[in-house]
Amino acid sequence: MDAFLAYLAAQGDRLFASTLEHATIVLISVALATVIGVTIGVLTYRTGAPRRMALRVTGIFLTIPSFALFGLLVPFLGLGTTPAIVALVMYGLLPIVRNTIVGLRSVDPAVVESAQGMGMGRYRRLLRIELPLSWPVIITGVRVAAVITVGIAAIAAVVNGPGLGKDIFRALARFGSPNSVPQVLSAILGIIIIAITIDLVFVLIARFTTSRGIRA
Amino acid sequence: MPDMTTMQTTNGAEPMIRLQELTKVFPGQKNPAVESLDMDIPAGEIVILVGPSGCGKTTTMRLINRLIEPTSGHIILEGEDVTKVNPDKLRRRIGYVIQQVGLFPHQTIADNIATVPKMLGWDSKRIRARVDELLALVGLDPSQYRNRYPKQLSGGQRQRAGVARALSADPPVMLMDEPFGAIDPITRDRLQNEFLRLQETIRKTIVFVTHDIDEAIKMGDRIAILREGSRIAQYDTPARILSAPADDFVADFVGHGASLKRLNLSRVRDVELVDWPTAGLESSPAEVLAALRGSDKGAVLILDGGRRPTRWVTGRELGRADQPIAELGHPAEAIVQRHTTLGDALNEMLTSRVGCAIVVDESGAYLGTVDFATVSAEIQTMRQDARDRSRAEADEIHGSSARNG
Ligand SMILES: Nc1ncnc2c1ncn2[C@@H]1O[C@H](COP(=O)(O)OP(=O)(O)O)[C@@H](O)[C@H]1O
Ligand SMILES: [Mg+2]
Repeated sequence: MDAFLAYLAAQGDRLFASTLEHATIVLISVALATVIGVTIGVLTYRTGAPRRMALRVTGIFLTIPSFALFGLLVPFLGLGTTPAIVALVMYGLLPIVRNTIVGLRSVDPAVVESAQGMGMGRYRRLLRIELPLSWPVIITGVRVAAVITVGIAAIAAVVNGPGLGKDIFRALARFGSPNSVPQVLSAILGIIIIAITIDLVFVLIARFTTSRGIRA
Repeated sequence: MPDMTTMQTTNGAEPMIRLQELTKVFPGQKNPAVESLDMDIPAGEIVILVGPSGCGKTTTMRLINRLIEPTSGHIILEGEDVTKVNPDKLRRRIGYVIQQVGLFPHQTIADNIATVPKMLGWDSKRIRARVDELLALVGLDPSQYRNRYPKQLSGGQRQRAGVARALSADPPVMLMDEPFGAIDPITRDRLQNEFLRLQETIRKTIVFVTHDIDEAIKMGDRIAILREGSRIAQYDTPARILSAPADDFVADFVGHGASLKRLNLSRVRDVELVDWPTAGLESSPAEVLAALRGSDKGAVLILDGGRRPTRWVTGRELGRADQPIAELGHPAEAIVQRHTTLGDALNEMLTSRVGCAIVVDESGAYLGTVDFATVSAEIQTMRQDARDRSRAEADEIHGSSARNG
């Protein structure tokens, strides 16, 4: 325990920087996954075949072991941040696509019919009525995606990606040497802190971006 | 009372809506849901589409605002063929109210009502004024309701907000699909009455779908009784539907008790009111007694300062009166208004110990009463009218001799 605290004291600045890096890559990936995932959801929620296809494909992404996926991307994207972000986006898609589809499909048909009956066109209906009403479900999907990617982002170090994964891999590479255990522990601590923070932030975002009329 | 002489077709004035050979065949179905429907809907009237479930009422209504595109035929609105125009622009000219109301739950009542005016680009000041005007019109206090969300309203209040929303851009036409169908009977009755009163001021052309013949008779200036495929069995005034059903299908649909139903065609304002002796709350027992003696009735109606009925006091109760007038007798019940139908007034009367319904004006002030004798006389008159009319028709048919009656 003393060794751990001593490590934190000595390496605090560097750890803080890695943690920020880690959080940043997660947020960028989740932002991209949200844009792509919501778009896929909006385009496919009405028709059976495309909808099942979207869910199946994004579902398969999530089952690919992360080491393998990061490795598979290297021949195409090289090393560094790019393959890391691409892999994280792929992992984040399923919860976002699924919740977008579920959310849009659970909007009361009478509400959509009355909007259409008042002369709201397709886009206006989507932007003003359907998306705001499914927003609580969609934002929950985004939150799940973020929490999933925080953990997986640590593996991004295999492709030389940024973040706390580097600390873990470096420590594992010279396991047994002094400080290797405190180094792994501090990286894990950083990941847990990021995960909890993101979770809390999303709960707050969901609360403040959901209309009072549909808040539970 | 609707004009009994109005005939099937609207002669003269151009109809607000004309449906021409309107047909809808849903993909994969053999029988059309709406089959070659021809119908004129006159301006400023409530036209009811009524018929058994699945006969095509909703489909017909949704063809008018093109939520369903017709397979063939034409929709003419105010003389213009709108079968092919931009449907969103068309719908902004047609109010639409459905049974589930469909208020936007994430928007306040004011924002809900402002939907169409916003799309039409009204400025915010005009929108705000319009929202408050409409809320007041449908009986929702603007200061109390404009910033509420739909979930903070009762079912009846939501329905009113839905009507306000449909009226927002002052469309000439309103389509209403079983608007009161999901509301409890007591509230439904109130909403129907309110809506009829509202229609007296707004004078919209209204197409109103229901499967309830009683609602049809109460609400309609004209009723189209539809059978399968939205084919018209009879399109006529309520009075003629009741007194001269075109065939067995219509007669069956209207059902028994047609003469009781006809009571819903007459309103309290159509009959002569009966006066009862009245006295103020502050009157002395002697004054009340004098009022009683001056009439042939057995009770005196006590009115408050605003001439609103408060209690009935009988002669016997006056006899042992050392109490103030306000505590004598029993409360005045069975209070109706001038636009109440005689059928409803009769119902009220049955709950009254005095055997009459008290008629009041908008402020609640006493006007007179309706009693059993009045209602009974009205039924006699209607029967006589119906007999005279069918005799006249029979003469006409024999006279023209071209048709076999
Ligand atoms: N969207 C639709 N697709 C296929 N068939 C429909 C659709 N809407 C209504 N129908 C059919 O058309 C007929 C008339 O339905 P509807 O107009 O809803 O009747 P009503 O409102 O009088 O109860 C029914 O047989 C119904 O099954
Ligand atoms: Mg229907």
